[in-house]
Amino acid sequence: MVWPIDLAVLTLVVMVAIGSLMVKDLLGAAILFGAYSFMMCLLWTVMGAVDVAFTEASVGAGVSTVFFVGAVFRTSRRTRD
Amino acid sequence: MKIIGLIVAVLTGGLLVYAAEDFPAWSDPASPASTYLSPHFIEKTIEETSVPNIVTAVLADYRGFDTMFETTVIFSAGVAVFLLLRTSGPKTQQTRLYRHQLTGVTLRIKEGADLPPSDNFERIDRFWTPHDLIIKTVCRLLIPFIQLFGLYVIAHGHHSPGGGFQGGVILGASIILLAISHDLRTAVKRVAEKMDAVLCAIGVLIYAGTGALCLLLGLNFLDYKALAPVLHVDSIMARSHGILIVEIGVGIAVMFTMIWIYNNVSSGGKYNQGL
Repeated sequence: MVWPIDLAVLTLVVMVAIGSLMVKDLLGAAILFGAYSFMMCLLWTVMGAVDVAFTEASVGAGVSTVFFVGAVFRTSRRTRD
Repeated sequence: MKIIGLIVAVLTGGLLVYAAEDFPAWSDPASPASTYLSPHFIEKTIEETSVPNIVTAVLADYRGFDTMFETTVIFSAGVAVFLLLRTSGPKTQQTRLYRHQLTGVTLRIKEGADLPPSDNFERIDRFWTPHDLIIKTVCRLLIPFIQLFGLYVIAHGHHSPGGGFQGGVILGASIILLAISHDLRTAVKRVAEKMDAVLCAIGVLIYAGTGALCLLLGLNFLDYKALAPVLHVDSIMARSHGILIVEIGVGIAVMFTMIWIYNNVSSGGKYNQGL
């Protein structure tokens, strides 16, 4: 485990997670959530759990982002709270 | 409302951290998981199942019952999205407009009438977008490779990371890519809605049916050793083949559930136009 990479990815995970909750634009939140999944995927890979990383990359960063974008497209892009 | 949500989230998080104190210490050799459970899987998996990837062996064999219900959860998600969103109300449009792509002639088709038999018609409605050659061509070139990779991931789950879930998602994503790059109608023409519904049920049925077959052949549910006389291999290889069979079932179920959910979510349940 290389600690500078680990630290950078962990910082990005926390930043992207907070960002996806804070941002008002739901499309932006969906994209940030995809970025969060991808950072988690990197983290799983660093920890050696390649199977979990693969699932996270395909399900979390791939298909669920598409579902979120589809749902935002069919409802509204601005959040009220 | 936001304050209450914050308080609940902080309280739950605090409880979680407090409860996590009771866990065995990180990489503690005296913890129950490291004394008998993990060493058994690490040392005996190859002997017992002849599967090099321990994760796949644990997922589909040692705790196959759990994975079966994970597949059922995905199936239920697809059915729930279908039941919540799908509407089959009366069609509002009486006449539809179709344009012949080669000549530019636009036809007005009345309700119930059929198009002339040709693949070159595109529907003109308020969602119509211009034809984009680059995106369509690149996606058409990519989709076969994505599907081949998905099949590889399912079939090679014994030896490398992967398996039914990941491969199924990749296969489903290839059809979703077709729906995004062309339009929803093109994708639905290839994978019809009825096919989605039937095949994601069949995927779960393959998994549960393999388990039931083991039961009928005289061993426990999902004990693939029972399949040895049916597959004409010894009982160790039978466990390996049993894992492959259920992974194929999981792959089919996940692939068609993903397509089904995408179709319903992106079209709002109307199946007229996707993203």
